[in-house]
Amino acid sequence: MKNTFIGAPMERREDLRFLRGKGTYVDDLAPEGLLYAVILRSSVAHGRIRSIDASAALKIEGVHSVITARDMPDGPPIIPMRLQPLPEFKPFEQPVIAHDKVRYVGEPLAVVLASSVAIGEDTLEHIAVEIDDLPAFSEWQVAAQNKSLLFEQAGTNRSLTFYSRKGDADAAFAKAPYARKEKLNTGRHYGLTMEPRGVMAEWDAGKGRLTISGAAKVPFFNRRILAKQIGLPESAIEMIENDVGGGYGARGEFYPEDFLIPFAARHVNRPVKWIEDRRENLMAMNHARETEAHIEIACERDGTIIGLRGDVHTDMGAYMRTNGAVGARNVVQFMGGPYRVPHVKLDSHLWMSNKTPVGTYRGPGRFESSFYIERLLDMVAGDLGIDRIEMRRRNLVTAAEQPYPIASVQPTDAHDQYDSGEYSEAMNRALKEFNWAEKSKFAGKLIDGKYHGLGIACFVEGGAAGPKESARLEVNGDGTITVFMGSSAVGQGVETVFAQIAADALEIPMDRIRHVYHGSTTTVSDGYGAYHSRSIVMGGSALLDATEKFQAAIREAGAKKLGCRPDEVKIGEDTVSGGGKSFPLAELAGLTAEGAFLNKKHTYSYGTHIAHVTVDAKLGQVQILDYVVVQDVGRAINPLTLRGQIIGSLVQGLGGAMLEHLQYDEQGQFLTGSLADYLLPTATDFPNLRCFVTDDYPSPINPLGAKGAGEGGIVAAGGVMANAVANALSSFGAQPRRLPLSPSYIWELVQAGSRQAAE
Amino acid sequence: MKLPPFEYAAPATLKEAVALLASHGGEAKPLAGGQSLMPMMAFRIAQPSLLVDLRKLPDLKSIAIDKDGVRLGAMVRWRDIQDDKRLAQAHPLLQAAIAHVAHYQIRNRGTVGGSVCHADPAAEMPGIALTCDAEMTVMGKGGQRVIKAADFFLGALTTALQPDEILIEVKLPAWPAGRRFGFQEFARRRGDFAMAGIAVFYDPDAGGTASNAHVGVIGVGEKQRRLGKAEAAINGSTLDEAAIAKASAAASAEVEPQDDIHASAAYRRALTGTLLERALKSAAG
Ligand SMILES: Cc1cc2nc3c(=O)[nH]c(=O)nc-3n(C[C@H](O)[C@H](O)[C@H](O)COP(=O)(O)OP(=O)(O)OC[C@H]3O[C@@H](n4cnc5c(N)ncnc54)[C@H](O)[C@@H]3O)c2cc1C
Repeated sequence: MKNTFIGAPMERREDLRFLRGKGTYVDDLAPEGLLYAVILRSSVAHGRIRSIDASAALKIEGVHSVITARDMPDGPPIIPMRLQPLPEFKPFEQPVIAHDKVRYVGEPLAVVLASSVAIGEDTLEHIAVEIDDLPAFSEWQVAAQNKSLLFEQAGTNRSLTFYSRKGDADAAFAKAPYARKEKLNTGRHYGLTMEPRGVMAEWDAGKGRLTISGAAKVPFFNRRILAKQIGLPESAIEMIENDVGGGYGARGEFYPEDFLIPFAARHVNRPVKWIEDRRENLMAMNHARETEAHIEIACERDGTIIGLRGDVHTDMGAYMRTNGAVGARNVVQFMGGPYRVPHVKLDSHLWMSNKTPVGTYRGPGRFESSFYIERLLDMVAGDLGIDRIEMRRRNLVTAAEQPYPIASVQPTDAHDQYDSGEYSEAMNRALKEFNWAEKSKFAGKLIDGKYHGLGIACFVEGGAAGPKESARLEVNGDGTITVFMGSSAVGQGVETVFAQIAADALEIPMDRIRHVYHGSTTTVSDGYGAYHSRSIVMGGSALLDATEKFQAAIREAGAKKLGCRPDEVKIGEDTVSGGGKSFPLAELAGLTAEGAFLNKKHTYSYGTHIAHVTVDAKLGQVQILDYVVVQDVGRAINPLTLRGQIIGSLVQGLGGAMLEHLQYDEQGQFLTGSLADYLLPTATDFPNLRCFVTDDYPSPINPLGAKGAGEGGIVAAGGVMANAVANALSSFGAQPRRLPLSPSYIWELVQAGSRQAAE
Repeated sequence: MKLPPFEYAAPATLKEAVALLASHGGEAKPLAGGQSLMPMMAFRIAQPSLLVDLRKLPDLKSIAIDKDGVRLGAMVRWRDIQDDKRLAQAHPLLQAAIAHVAHYQIRNRGTVGGSVCHADPAAEMPGIALTCDAEMTVMGKGGQRVIKAADFFLGALTTALQPDEILIEVKLPAWPAGRRFGFQEFARRRGDFAMAGIAVFYDPDAGGTASNAHVGVIGVGEKQRRLGKAEAAINGSTLDEAAIAKASAAASAEVEPQDDIHASAAYRRALTGTLLERALKSAAG
């Protein structure tokens, strides 16, 4: 039997379970004796803690205990960086609970353990907290004055500068016939998950074992951190992955609660559960994206890019968290996007401020840099009188240039290269699907009171972070097969996709793959998790390796039973045969084999977004009439789930382009603490979205040829929308320079244009 | 975001309800659709000691229409207003405005009384009540009284209601057949509270000259309000381009907007004028 599940639009296996209400989320768990944790969070943005007095709280009926930093004899442990763990970041890392200072609104001060969440919340106002205010700030410009310091011993509010370099930018700029400098900003977003975070910890005092439910994304890494912090061997901690309602880079990183809840469970010897509510979620989950670029581009007169140089400032919030540096690194590493940029000199400055700390959010640094480069390209094309499409075609990386090396970044010593692709082919396909030739007639026209505009942006999406991933297969008692994966499920449909890959490799029907288990530390010996669009490439490739080893193991065992040579053994759907005899596969129940995939290189899928919008210049209202995404993913394992990934990430991108912005006042008070203030796209906001997937250029760096593809929808959305609005409002000379493109901002651009025309 | 502790009662008569409210020293609150009160309690902005659920009270759920106008019971829900075909004639401005309130699920729960008593500056119903010179009938320990809309709304989330008083009915004066009206608002997403909204009506004579102009604005400044200068610009005009431009400029000049996280004050000022211009054009057309 030759299967072709790979490449087929298979429906998601996991959906049936979810649709029947059979999913199990961490909040569905309620073991005997459970206590509910509620966290007291700082309402002060910056201050020195004088005292926390819980004596009144402890008298309330139903309150079991209140935990503060004082319950930790060696002081609260520090959460280390997971990615880019540079010594420079050390002074800025976050303690699991505030002990001497608070540095942002929402920082944990105390944990109430109570018999219900409601009682826990009632208790918060009875904990007396005295904090002496310190000057707080919420803008990098103020941070850069280094007057008020978040970390006095560090002596500066700047945790690091990344240096992105290629060629000799200053020399190239000195000779360049044309250059343009711009200041551009992106808003502050976060990877809002439908299901907020949750942790449940159970302590078995007899066996000295901790079981933690609600793990996600990087359970093996988090176990290592926790083991060290809490003083247990890794083998005494089990991390269980339940169903989760969304990850987006934010869920599953090690947060303060990932220590506090297990600590509490052990401290009081009772199971403890904490479920984040939406208000907490907005101020406790990692923020992302807020950058300001002062950036200059140099070009030949024909539009050929010569170089990029300048500075990017990222507002990191109050602490350096596990993956917090990734966005600030990426923004300067990938500023060139899919374009050929021979000379790069970009510095990325990481500023601490009195805001929620930053982490990665789908397309970290890429969404920001795509907005920057795409805005610049349109401005340059306008200056030089070059068609926008031609401008891009001239600069897109060609297949002949692959693998194409991009700027390297210090001090992390990041050197990277794109892997494969003729980037203009995706653009051509998008132009055709969109019918650009026809629709460009509308560009800038006022029709029925609305200005029409077209925007285009091209992108690359990085994926497949190494170093390693593992997979294991096992024969079940009934002859079906179970797959165990080291990477995690955060809603991407990996159960389906891994079953497709395994069934193809084993040449059996998909329903013979009974279960796909993932994420939990119980499933495989080691795992690296779900981030950087890596699950399919890394996990899928590990799975291929595991199936080879699994087949070899079956042949070996079969040969013994059948009395023939292993190479004579044939593995059927549910039987093993050879030497004229056969037996049911079920007889090998328990047989197992583990495989792995090691990789240091990254995959780069690529594509193009095009949008047709209308702008009501008086309201500042933007509506999308048509939107096309073309993405080449190397090899599409499941076009159906992939489509879901692209459209879903695109809607998130449009949210960032048009609506979302986490705001603070100048004193660091949080102004967007509910979903009435932090505006997410709803079902009626962006109805007309289309996407097309190609797999014309497989990745040469993994056996599947697949590339990470979970982020492409989000990356170019900011740039394309800003370009479309600029095009629509070209008669006003409007050039959007920041996101989100709120009605108020667009109206301001129109006003400025009208004023200028009048003068 | 769990609710703080509170007691709950669902009395069967208005008298009981009033007595319950009076018994808690200002700490009790009526509960209607719960769409504003419950979120406020979950955020612990409101912590009433007793909730007096109005759902069992008879006679608060009807829409009565006669020659004197439209009487909306306090427990009439947005859905009832949208579904009532008589209102297309009896009060088209009301229906046009209520179509903008929130989302499907919330419109099935939210009530006229809840909205009027909550008095959000951006809410449609208080804006319509004020624009249309509505009268509120309320019942307290001392009996019933009628409060004019102009005296009822005192500021953001503040009304003339006493703690022991329950709103029973909102009466909108009769809507003459030849009346012209427009309603325009703009929110960042469908169903959000508006950044600005305009309700306008006037009565044209045979020659098209307008009189009795009423212009109300929501979502701009501290409370919903009438725009007297814009009204003056409309009255006596035939709503030609120049008159519309004059009225809309007057409206922009008259409002007192502030910056907030969604929009600048300057934008809201301009938006007010734009919306009035559009409302007047749709009224004429
Ligand atoms: C997501 C969302 C979006 C929304 N968008 C809009 C919108 O665009 N426009 C809009 O207008 N509204 C909007 N709302 C509010 C909604 O319309 C509310 O339902 C309404 O404002 C309050 O009505 P309620 O019946 O739910 O009142 P409740 O929440 O039950 O009560 C509100 C207040 O009024 C008091 N009260 C209620 N009834 C009486 C009475 N008869 N006498 C005295 N006091 C009383 C209560 O004690 C309470 O203080 C939105 C709500 C949500 C959740």
